[in-house]
Order: sequence, then structure tokens, then C-alpha cells
Amino acid sequence: MPHQVSVSPSPKQVRLEPARPVGQHRGTKNAWKRREAGAAYVFLAPWFLGLIAITVGPIVASLYLSFTDYSLLEEAQWVGLDNYARMFTEDDRFLQSLKVTTIYVVVSVPMQLAFALLLALLLDRGLRGLTIYRSVYYLPSLLGGSVAIAILWRKIFGTDGLVNSVLLWFGIEGPGWVTDPDTALGTLILLHVWTFGAPMVIFLAGLRQIPQSYYEAASVDGATKLTQFRHITLPLLTPIIFFNLVLEIIKSFQSFTQSFIVSNGTGGPVDSTLFYTLYLYMKGFKNFEMGYAAAMAWVLLLIIAGLTGVNFLMSKYWVFYGDTK
Amino acid sequence: MATQSNPRVPLLYRRRFSRGAKHLMLIGFGLVMLYPLLWMVSAAFKPEELIFREPGLWPSEVTLENFTEGWYSLKNSFGHYLWNSAVITALSVIANLVACSMAAYAFARLDFPFKKLWFALMLGSIMLPHHVTVVPQYIVFAKLEWINTIWPLILPKFLATDAFFIFLMVQFIRTLPRELDEAAAIDGAGYWRTYFRVIIPLCMPALATTGIFTFIWTWNDFFSQNLYLTKSDTLTASVALRQFLDGSGESSWGPMFAMSLISLAPIFGFFLAGQKYLIRGMATTGLK
Repeated sequence: MPHQVSVSPSPKQVRLEPARPVGQHRGTKNAWKRREAGAAYVFLAPWFLGLIAITVGPIVASLYLSFTDYSLLEEAQWVGLDNYARMFTEDDRFLQSLKVTTIYVVVSVPMQLAFALLLALLLDRGLRGLTIYRSVYYLPSLLGGSVAIAILWRKIFGTDGLVNSVLLWFGIEGPGWVTDPDTALGTLILLHVWTFGAPMVIFLAGLRQIPQSYYEAASVDGATKLTQFRHITLPLLTPIIFFNLVLEIIKSFQSFTQSFIVSNGTGGPVDSTLFYTLYLYMKGFKNFEMGYAAAMAWVLLLIIAGLTGVNFLMSKYWVFYGDTK
Repeated sequence: MATQSNPRVPLLYRRRFSRGAKHLMLIGFGLVMLYPLLWMVSAAFKPEELIFREPGLWPSEVTLENFTEGWYSLKNSFGHYLWNSAVITALSVIANLVACSMAAYAFARLDFPFKKLWFALMLGSIMLPHHVTVVPQYIVFAKLEWINTIWPLILPKFLATDAFFIFLMVQFIRTLPRELDEAAAIDGAGYWRTYFRVIIPLCMPALATTGIFTFIWTWNDFFSQNLYLTKSDTLTASVALRQFLDGSGESSWGPMFAMSLISLAPIFGFFLAGQKYLIRGMATTGLK
């Protein structure tokens, strides 16, 4: 903490022992420490309560439930690993939901981040109207998660929706994008890519952190724009690409509203938009197979933890932390 | 610039040209991005039968019928649902501001046993998928007979479970000079007074970011509200909107777009008013 240096006589003492009554000796230091800890726990009381009652407790309960058969009305029946076994051996819809979600994440996250990075690079420092562009591109990120936009999407890509009426100008008769199992997931991917504004803003902030002098030095040495991008911008931006990647993967694996609304709660047509969380919702809160839903939730947790872990392991090979680490 | 020597002029023109092309591209792309939104706005004001016959933005005939029809086409008036959303959202904002700033102050400024462990747990809970906790939470809330009340939606916020905002505020408080706390302590201020009189006033930008994000996320939330609110009287705007897709609603696009537009208006308003804080908040949490 460098700023302690600037405080008068004995900064450390002042910090640790505020307003200490004069003339007290040993032991008081501990008393003050205890006072500070006591205060901290009071400030943290709501959070602690939430941690136990809303987070950790339910996680443990969820693990227990995942080994049972439970429907809210009857007592939970212990079934061991049955739920997990059923998921991977008997439940085709579960596997379908896993497949749909994986495709969704694998296709939409890289596309979204690529757009975000590209636009962030185009919105250079000093570009006129930068803040307006940034706002316009950012707006869809704020609205994209809403029911209203999902409804709009359903209508835009409907059989006689906006997209098809535009295509008709060119004499093309488009399919019913959301009702055709081949294209329905594509519309959801497009919706996700449309919300590239949030990672773009983070990229923009990251670009600002790169000292201008690096570029000046590079252009003195005759480096082209492309070389500068490859050897300055990209390496220095990798921590932020990594951050966005981790975050977006976690987030998009849990997407719910879009698939729920666009498929009107069914995951259709023919389960082509059956997201993992949508199926979990159906199992747990429509069929009230809560043990099974809890098991699905734990599998989701493991998948997300696993992906994040792999991400961190892989980061050693491509993320450049410069001299900060 | 104007006094530059002859050979440089073509380069200057070229640069200006490429800059113009870039702006054209950015504007064009922006329009494509916004087209669905603009189209929804125009569709809300078009007579029903024109909505899909005219993909253009400018309506040849303007009407407010969609709004009057949509407002009353569900069981309660749409204003009722908007009010429910507003109550839940306002309480969530207050809850997050209070609970998260308290926790953040402790994490950023106070020393206590196992601080590192708690902090790590807090960070971990940001990444935790909501679904791992939702089944037992639902069971407990159901046993408490809290389904169709606002408690399942706001109680967790009063318990600082949106840890993302704790993190955001910790990051912010860490940038404030500690000398201010020390000066307050020398003047005899205790921890509460320091929190209220020093930290909170200086934290306004972070509080604004938290407030606006909480507003937008709660207003947009569908999963939890759809789960806990099932009786018509208790529905929020986002759950009620979904009912337009059920049964007869499927054909009434005009009213549906009109109500969608109304439900997005507050978000748009907050976006315009607070985009500085939104963008700054995104940037700081993203970078550190």
C-alpha cells in the first residue's frame, strides 16, 4: 500500500488503532483487531446469511436431491446414481439438449467475440462519433435478454416475418426460420451474436490500456499496421479475450429466456432449440421430477467448472500477461 | 494541414476517403443492428394488417390502436403488470445497493479472520450457475408458501447474493485513498460512520453502475419471475408479455409489439441516462 507513506508521524499505528484512548498498553492492539473483525462480520452479516441460506445450503441440498426421486408432494426416495445413469443412457431428450446447447455455445461465442473485437478495433481512439457508435452497438446487449426481444425475434424469423418479406423483394421465398428444425437454432445463435456490444465495451477499455508509445515506437521501426496488430495489440489483448471467453461460455451455457420464448416453451421444432436449462426447467418445474432436475443442475455445474478449468489450463499457452505477472 | 507540400496531398485525400468509407461502414452496420428495434417501433404504430405487408420503417398509416388494445387484452391491464415489475425492480435495486455496499466495504477496508477464504468464496459464487441452487430454493419457498409473493425474488438480493456487484464495489473502494478513512478515524469516526460519511458518498459512480445494472437485469428477468409468479394478479411485465404468445395471442402482433415496446422503454431510458456508468462499470470489472 504505497499511500501509507504519505501520512504523518506513524501512519501504521494510526491506521490500526484509530482514536485509541491514551495511556493503554499491551493487549489493546488485539482488542482493536477484534473490534475491527467484529465490525467486519456485522457488515458482512447479510452476505453470510445469503451465502449459507441462498447459496451453499441449496448447493448441498441439490446434491442430496440429485440422488433421490422427489416430487415436492411425497418424501424423497433415495435412488443412488439412478438419475445420473438415466440421463446418459435412457434420456434421449437430455442428450439432445446437451447437443443443442453445445452447438449454441461453440458457434455463437466465438462469432460474438470476433464481432466484438473487430468492432472494437474499428472504433479507434480519436474516431469521431465514437461514443455514439459505442452506444448504438451496446444497446442490443442490454435488451437482448428480454422477453420483448425474444418475441420480436420469433416474429422477425416467422414464416411471414420481416426477414421473409425482405427476401421476397429479391424473389426468394424463405423458410419459416423458427419453425424449421434446420434453422431454428441458427436464429438463436444470431440473437446471441447480436448482443456483441457488452464484450466490445470490455475490449475497447482494454485497447485503451495499451500505451500509445508502443505503436509509435513500432512505426518508427517501420512496422505495418498488420504487424502492429499481430505483435502489439493482439498479445496485449489476450488477457481480455480470455476474460470475455470464460464469461461468455459460462453465460451462454445457461441461456434460457431466448429458447423458451422463441420456441414458446417447447424447445421445438422437434427439440431443435431445447436448451439445457429449458429441459431442466421442464423436468423440475413442469413434471416436478425435482431429483432429476437437481442431478441435471449438478451435471451443468460440473460441465461449466470443467470448461472453465480447461480454459484456465489452456490460457497458459496463449494468454500473455506481460510484466504484470 | 493546409500548408503541407504537394506530394503529400494525395495521401491526405486517400486518408480522408478511407476514413469516410469507414464511417459509412460503421453507420451501415449500426443501422442493420438497430433495424429490428426500429421496425418494432414502427410496427407498434401500424395498423395490424400492414405490419408484415410493409417491411419498411415509415408507416403509411399511423394508429395508436395497438396500444389501447394491447393494454387491456390480458386479464389485468398492462399497467398492473408494469407496476408489479416496478415494485420488484425498485426493491431489488435498494437491496443490492445496501447489502452489496456493506459487504464490499468489509472486503475492501476491514481486516478479519479468513478474509481471503471468504473473498474467494464470494468470487466463486459469481460464476455459480443459478440452476444449481434453484431447485432447493424453490422447494423451501414453496414450503414457506411464498410462491406468488415477491419474497423469493427480492429476499436473495437483501442477502447480497448478486456477488458481482460486491466485486465491482470492492474494486472501486480499493481505488479510494485510505488516508480518508484514517482521517475520519482520527476524528473519532467509527466503522459505521466511515462507511456512511466517507465511503458511500465517494462510491456514487459504483453505486450508480450497480443500481442501473440491477434495474435492467431485474426488469428483464424472466426465469425467476416466471418460476415464482404464476397467478395473473402477481405477474410482472416480462411474464405477462409471454402470454401474448399463448392461444389467441399468436395473431395479435400489433398489440404485442406495442406492449413489448412499452416494456422496453424503461430500460432504454435508463440506458440513455446512465450509459456512462454502464460502460465504465463494464470496463472496470472486466479489466481488473
